[in-house]
Amino acid sequence: MIELRGISKVYRQGGREVSALQDVSLRVDPGEVFGVLGQSGAGKSTLIRCVNLLERPTQGRVRVNGKELLSLNPDELRLARQGIGMIFQHFNLFSSQTVAANVAYPLEVAGLPREQIRARVAELLSLVGLSDKADTYPSRLSGGQKQRVGIARALAPRPRILLSDEATSSLDPETTRSVLALLRDLNRQLGLTILLITHQMEVVKAICDSVAVLEQGRLVEQGKVVELLSRPGSHLHGLCYPPFTTGESAVLRGGQRVELSLSGEHSTRPILSTLARRFDVDAHLLEGSLERVGEARVGRLLFELTGAPDAVSQALAFLREQGLTSEEAAHAW
Amino acid sequence: MPGELTHSLWVATLETLYMTSVATVLVVLAGLPLGVLLVLTDRGGLWERPALHRVLGTLVNVGRSVPFIILMVAIVPLTRLLVGTTIGTTAAIVPLVVAAIPFMGRVVEQGLREVDSGLVEAAIAMGSTHRRVIFRVLIPEALPSLVRGTALVVISLLGYSAMAGAVGGGGLGDLAVKYGYMRFRTDVMLGCLAVLLALVQLVQWLGDGVASRFDHTSPHSGRAHD
Ligand SMILES: Nc1ncnc2c1ncn2[C@@H]1O[C@H](COP(=O)(O)OP(=O)(O)OP(=O)(O)O)[C@@H](O)[C@H]1O
Ligand SMILES: [Mg+2]
Repeated sequence: MIELRGISKVYRQGGREVSALQDVSLRVDPGEVFGVLGQSGAGKSTLIRCVNLLERPTQGRVRVNGKELLSLNPDELRLARQGIGMIFQHFNLFSSQTVAANVAYPLEVAGLPREQIRARVAELLSLVGLSDKADTYPSRLSGGQKQRVGIARALAPRPRILLSDEATSSLDPETTRSVLALLRDLNRQLGLTILLITHQMEVVKAICDSVAVLEQGRLVEQGKVVELLSRPGSHLHGLCYPPFTTGESAVLRGGQRVELSLSGEHSTRPILSTLARRFDVDAHLLEGSLERVGEARVGRLLFELTGAPDAVSQALAFLREQGLTSEEAAHAW
Repeated sequence: MPGELTHSLWVATLETLYMTSVATVLVVLAGLPLGVLLVLTDRGGLWERPALHRVLGTLVNVGRSVPFIILMVAIVPLTRLLVGTTIGTTAAIVPLVVAAIPFMGRVVEQGLREVDSGLVEAAIAMGSTHRRVIFRVLIPEALPSLVRGTALVVISLLGYSAMAGAVGGGGLGDLAVKYGYMRFRTDVMLGCLAVLLALVQLVQWLGDGVASRFDHTSPHSGRAHD
């Protein structure tokens, strides 16, 4: 659906060169929600703007909807852009036009007749739940409502791809959740392919199937979100799970400190009670989390095992055998 | 003021209105494309042409730096060519227009530059042609400031027209000089001033009113639609 090959982008600014992207390649499959995660200045906006050529890459190839965008002439490029919707952090709605006129804009660009535009605008506004705001100006809407208008506008010409440049970054958590839920629904109902960039891990966990991690203009990782999160040592795992804040000195019972990462089938098994029954040890929870990511559950736990020394080491061996803890973090003191 | 002079004041007012309104129409017609061109051709603009941009910018600056009195004299040949004479209200329109076009160009340029570049980007991302970006996004978004700027241009045209009148163009400036200054008729002078002041106020008030009607950038501005 979207394929970037060896994309580099160098900005020239008064003799100085800023290399915003270096040899970035990624592939977004049809129907997928693909996230690009990175810190401020990592090159995320530059990357997503290369997909519809708002920015022309210095090097590389951009293939979208089966078309090699860099080889299109201006008319063909405009046509191709009508098949790629885009939403923005600051919404970028036309302030001089009503909500309905904003949504109608891309349909006018596409040259639809007036009656069809009217019907399609009504349909879209009801899709995003803003039918009653058709004649309102954007300045009178809340941030979440503005982004819904942005989404309706982007989807008006029935694009198969939606690009999202930090679409929820200026919204509060509650509104962010509802906008993400809307995007998820659109992805499922319309089979819409979504490429979104964000600096928020929450967004990746909430709606992305796949993710790429961008650091200083380079992709350092790419894969399925659930797989990366269940693999301690992946960049995504490191970003999602910073070291436990419970320091080693906080373990006061003289027991064994154990870290577990939970995913897949492990996440649904009664591990702690199994340990207690089989080895006659006690598990004192220190810290941890377990959450839903897409269809799966992933998480990690930090606890302290106490009991007879033999029992504790047997329990540890069991955990290692089950592949629950590979780390030598489980050392005695 | 005797009836005859009141009549003169009325005629002078009409002459001033004639000069200013015709000049305004021509200035807007020429200044709008000039301002649009200044924005488009600039670095990072939709139609980058640095050389053309520099030429236009220089012309505008030259135009704006020449004092109106000097400009009026300097373009006498042009006026004669276009109107056939160099005195009278119609002849005065030529220097008025020439003087105000660069001003209007800058006003338009500045108004368009205030438009959030994100909106232009969104329009491009939706596959807009440049023409559509200009007429459906840039100009409508800048409309309130274009209207305020035009009011400013009209007000300075009123001032220029009084000056043009004073050297034989007719209008309120002419009347004020002929009677108020040369014949010591202070009442006529004050009458002319009062009418000019009223016109300036009117234009400012109209400009502000129309501009805020088009302005929907804050939740409490513009005409309520809901
Ligand atoms: N038009 C430009 N001219 C020069 N340098 C630019 C330009 N746009 C971006 N850059 C530089 O490229 C780098 C990447 O910028 P980019 O906007 O893509 O980052 P980002 O990941 O989107 O950051 P943020 O999260 O803050 O939006 C930065 O160092 C930035 O300064
Ligand atoms: Mg950015």
